[in-house]
Amino acid sequence: MSDTAPLHDYHRQNRRRLWLVLAMIVMALLAVVVDLTTGPSGLPLSETIRALTGGEVARGTSVIIWQVRLPIAIMALLVGAALALAGAEMQTVLENPLAEPFTLGVSAAAALGAGVAIVLGLTLPFLPPGWSITANAFLFSLGALGLLQLMGRLRGGGPEVLILFGIALNFTAAAFLSLLQFIASAEDLQQLVIWTMGSLQAVTWTSVTILALILLLTVPFALAASWRLTALRLGEEQARGFGVDVTALRRWALLRVSLLAATAVSMVGVIGFIGLAGPHIARMLVGEDHRFMLPASIATGALLMSAASTLSKLLIPGTLLPIGLVTSLIGLPIFFWLILRGRSAR
Amino acid sequence: MSGPMNATAGLQISDVSISYGRRPVLQGLSLPPLIPGEVVTLAGPNAAGKSTLLRAIAGLARFSGTVTLDGQNLAQLSPPARARIIGFMPQTLPAGASLNVLETVITALRASGERNVTAPPETRAMAVLTRLGISHLALAGLDQLSGGQRQMVSLAQSIVRDPRLLLLDEPTSALDLARQVRLLSEVRRIAAEGRVVVTVLHDLALAARWSDRIAILHKGGLYAFGPPAEVVTPTMLAEVYRVEARVERCSRGHLMVQIDGEIPDPPKG
Repeated sequence: MSDTAPLHDYHRQNRRRLWLVLAMIVMALLAVVVDLTTGPSGLPLSETIRALTGGEVARGTSVIIWQVRLPIAIMALLVGAALALAGAEMQTVLENPLAEPFTLGVSAAAALGAGVAIVLGLTLPFLPPGWSITANAFLFSLGALGLLQLMGRLRGGGPEVLILFGIALNFTAAAFLSLLQFIASAEDLQQLVIWTMGSLQAVTWTSVTILALILLLTVPFALAASWRLTALRLGEEQARGFGVDVTALRRWALLRVSLLAATAVSMVGVIGFIGLAGPHIARMLVGEDHRFMLPASIATGALLMSAASTLSKLLIPGTLLPIGLVTSLIGLPIFFWLILRGRSAR
Repeated sequence: MSGPMNATAGLQISDVSISYGRRPVLQGLSLPPLIPGEVVTLAGPNAAGKSTLLRAIAGLARFSGTVTLDGQNLAQLSPPARARIIGFMPQTLPAGASLNVLETVITALRASGERNVTAPPETRAMAVLTRLGISHLALAGLDQLSGGQRQMVSLAQSIVRDPRLLLLDEPTSALDLARQVRLLSEVRRIAAEGRVVVTVLHDLALAARWSDRIAILHKGGLYAFGPPAEVVTPTMLAEVYRVEARVERCSRGHLMVQIDGEIPDPPKG
């Protein structure tokens, strides 16, 4: 019967998508290995692998790999995964392809929080030393998303309203940040500017563990919402007709986005375009069935961020570029290409 | 009410009021029971509350009053539970996502979390596409379809869960003549399988030809309800639509509405 042919194709297509997702995950993991082998001390691959597998290496080598490069490389992977997942969910629930934590003010709010800690010295009491900037950035970005949700609910939040609030929030935070920069001392200003460019240098195993736990907490719920998120892509009326509680779906998705973005950004600073480019590339690879699209976004974001981490060491030999700068540099051309390609396909 | 469960089969709409903000759209609307197997059309001028009533029954708009299906109060059901017994085809066409037709119909089935034991979702989705004569579009991207094709997909999405009540909001608005006939014939067959079907249609000739009963909504309430021949009359057309018209029967007995002109609004004092 001819009507089984589309079903056959559907299953074959899904198998292909599964393989693509797996391939992206493998590539992201390989990128971590490459990231581990690059650095100012120029350790050869064999030495790196020996240090990782607990083989006989010089004590210095072991410290470089385990305490410097490995936490940074894993953090790059996790930050990429977190921001891309946050972007993917945000784009779907706000029904806007440009939505991501970066465009809707989360990063700007985090930077403002960091600025308040660096310039004004205001932060929470009883924090362990070295956590004041991160804690402020986390609170401010979480607060920004909380405010966004609250405004949306007060105003009877459709996605357009949330987008407008997000953009307003972005400019507000940026304005206050400029004010802080204006009154800051030269030293504080330098620290703040470098923070806003994003950096993995201050990463510790503690921060890696925290972000990993947040991912473990949010990813299963995101995947469990796959069908409902896919339904929302057909339109809100459609999704509600299918029995999706769209209001609850939005609220929970934005809560996951808040946790992911606030944690990632507060630990490594402002990282642009991963939340935008990750989901877009994933969508091109596997379509919009969120069972595949979400994992593909996670893997793509992780791969892009890992590659950016490597490039930040290689682009100018002897100089470590801020990683946020690198993601913008590689993200922008990809983004322009996506826009142009999208147009020509129509 | 804590009385015995109402065992009446079909859809009961009683004392339904809906407002948008402070503007009342429907006030205390009640209809006689709608029986499984029949197609009922809601008609009336623009802004009479037809779509609003349909969305309220589907659980998409707040209302006061009672709507029961086979004795079950619909307001007490969770959205997924409601979606399992009601198929709703909204006026808006499905958006142009990068999904193919088969995927969207499977999504319509899976999004409510339904797990059916009889057949895998993809087989059920494919069966619905075949039934509607659009199985050749199964692998076509939603963003490549014409408006009419998307409307057929929207119908597929609303019937794939095998609902007991089917609500169609202007299901033929984007269809050519042949597809209008095809869709409405299919809707009649769906009703004949023991379902209640409620549609909103603007075209009174289509409504008269394909519905068992027509409800005319006007000025926040029910103007008339009954078989097409009783409801579609020159008096109704004059009072509700403000058009001068004759209603005649063709040689096959179908109603024909001949419009002669508009009736000017009475001068406002």
